[in-house]
Amino acid sequence: MKRFKSVVSVMAASAMLLGTIAGCGGNAAGGNAGGNAGGDAGAETSTEAQGGSESAGGVFKIGAIGPLTGGAAAYGNAVCNAAELAVEEVNAAGGINGYKVEYSKEDDELNAEKSVNAYNTLKDWGMQILVGSTTSACSIAVSEYTKEDNMFQITPSGSAEDCVKYDNVFRVCFSDPNQGIASAQYINDHNLATKVGIIYDSSDVYSSGIYQKFVEESNGKNYEVVSAEAFTADNNTDFSVQLQKAKDAGADLVFLPIYYKDASLILTQADTMGYKPVFFGVDGMDGILTVENFDTSLAEGLMLLTPFAADATDDLTVNFVKNYQEKYGEVPNQFAADAYDAVFIIKQALEAKGATPDMSTSDLCEALKGAMTEIEASGLTSAKMTWEANGEPNKEPKAVVIKDGAYVTAD
Amino acid sequence: MKNKKIQDQLITYGIVIAAYIIMEILIKTGNLSSHMKGLLVPMTYYAVIAVALNLCVGILGELSIGHCGFMCIGAFFSAFFSKVTENILPTAPRFFLAFVIGIAFAALFGFLIGVPVLRLNGDYLAIVTLAFGEIIKNVINAIYLGIDSKGIHMSLKSSMDLNLEPGGEIIINGAMGITGTPHDSNFTIAVVVLLLSLFVVLNLINSRDGRAIMAVRDNSIAAESTGINVTGYKMMAFTISAAIAGAAGVLFSHNITSLTAASQYFGYNASIMILVYVVLGGIGNIRGSVIAAVILYMLPELLRGLNNYRMLIYAVVLIVMMIFNWSPGVIDTRKKLLARFRKGGSHGTT
Repeated sequence: MKRFKSVVSVMAASAMLLGTIAGCGGNAAGGNAGGNAGGDAGAETSTEAQGGSESAGGVFKIGAIGPLTGGAAAYGNAVCNAAELAVEEVNAAGGINGYKVEYSKEDDELNAEKSVNAYNTLKDWGMQILVGSTTSACSIAVSEYTKEDNMFQITPSGSAEDCVKYDNVFRVCFSDPNQGIASAQYINDHNLATKVGIIYDSSDVYSSGIYQKFVEESNGKNYEVVSAEAFTADNNTDFSVQLQKAKDAGADLVFLPIYYKDASLILTQADTMGYKPVFFGVDGMDGILTVENFDTSLAEGLMLLTPFAADATDDLTVNFVKNYQEKYGEVPNQFAADAYDAVFIIKQALEAKGATPDMSTSDLCEALKGAMTEIEASGLTSAKMTWEANGEPNKEPKAVVIKDGAYVTAD
Repeated sequence: MKNKKIQDQLITYGIVIAAYIIMEILIKTGNLSSHMKGLLVPMTYYAVIAVALNLCVGILGELSIGHCGFMCIGAFFSAFFSKVTENILPTAPRFFLAFVIGIAFAALFGFLIGVPVLRLNGDYLAIVTLAFGEIIKNVINAIYLGIDSKGIHMSLKSSMDLNLEPGGEIIINGAMGITGTPHDSNFTIAVVVLLLSLFVVLNLINSRDGRAIMAVRDNSIAAESTGINVTGYKMMAFTISAAIAGAAGVLFSHNITSLTAASQYFGYNASIMILVYVVLGGIGNIRGSVIAAVILYMLPELLRGLNNYRMLIYAVVLIVMMIFNWSPGVIDTRKKLLARFRKGGSHGTT
């Protein structure tokens, strides 16, 4: 028996050792498989040891992180696909400062821990600039590491305030507080309501962030917040209680700082109970017309503040939507637009400083940090975007209203 | 008999220490990718919580499917403490105190849950811990907690209801959780915590108390008739298990700077994942839990190169491991093979 035990022990010990060693080998192989240029594979493995801070040569390496699997996969895929599309277009047009761009994406499963793992994987691949993470909590967790490595990070859609607390992180989208403030001002300026009801997701960072600022900003406005009802991700199928409360309080406008999936249910249920206030959403509402089995006529008159509407008629949007649809078979949402812009913003900033890929990641970061406060970018999400050193974008919010099943600019 | 047990324990510690030394050498010589480096700490705290759960499931014989709830408690209490004292205390004593606080509160909650439930037999603990894990998650998601010169303010409604002074700081911001916890966890500390929890659990198992606990597991009526305080011992094992889970939580919250009580970290599925580590490592086999946690945490990460196929492969590996470990047919074959190997071996040596 004793020998049996010791045999088992030795086997277990060697299994563990093998596991770790095989782990290292497996990782190197994984990195090569993930990288798309076979020629760079050797260089990658050798730079891995130094944390991949040196690039493999004459290419810029841009990485993206987002939830590609799981419940939030729609957002992560939108970001990663649009960034990929943008990189292809940049390369087709001759690259940045004459250098090609290489692109790689990693999955974070909407998990901050996995997001950091994804970041480290991309770092091993040789990433110099990060477009990500897609979601706020993940972006905050990753920014701790980009700060440590002094890598330039631009998050397309990480909207929580803390996402850009470090000076190396910038964002494309509006921050949650800004959306709350902008919504309150818009409702006030356009005399949309006298009594406002709010339904928000208290378990969601995005939703509760906007809600908080909206209520703060509502003080002293020409309307009154009469009901604020929360739901959580665990009970987001029946909204009759929240709607009834808003109705009983006499709300003539219901503010929905939530994502379109829940909003589509709210609209359907409000219709069933015969409650017809104005519904007002923010950028998460974009996409409501694409929900399956949703009667889009119910969304008629829905207003939303969003930086991007897929059926806008300017050339840039039309081309982007066409190319995106051809390649990925779906209509891009605002996440995609933000990511697409992010890549072109990086391009513009790199060109402004005449940066080259042989600069170290940290030097690139310093150059880009300087460039960001100087450039004025124009993209899908706004015709004119500038940045403060604190990472926040300055751009005009656009309000759109749904008329005849399409987004129309509201005024 | 005694020597064999000590030897067995030493092998467990030896494996952990050897793995630690190998990893440190690889880091120092620059042979470890940053991806692997980033995995070391999470790997270790999942091993810690797997050890904790194995104490509960394997040694005490009570199924708990809410252990991540205790991890959540440890994570939030310690992160709150670290955040408040970040500028007051130097790192080393602050992190130590954070451990004390995280562990103490996790143990307290373990005790409170245990009082009503452990008096019962059967599956009640599983049901209650499941509910407990979900409750903790939802309660923390609703808590707003801020601090200013007048002290701590708390609200369950929104951050505006805190009525903070202008200089006040919101620490727990509802669903947004705690952001900006100092990044204090590192691999060395994590391994020390793992070794300490192994030490506690293995010594408990081989002590008089441990034998009493296992007696309760095997036959509580017989145990009771020999004068063992069944509830007392159950309580003891469960509280220790919760405390160790709390320690894993402290490591967790000081490794990831944005701490939210979301389902993917502390929900039901996360608890089941830990249970999977324990079951595949062997119920009651502490060393197995460590090895299974390490392998199963690393596996999906190492398969990143395969994109979405990694989920598929992960599932297949789980099934294969399950069959290898538990199927009677495979166990028979393994035994036969081993017997032949031993026979062959002894012929060779004698």
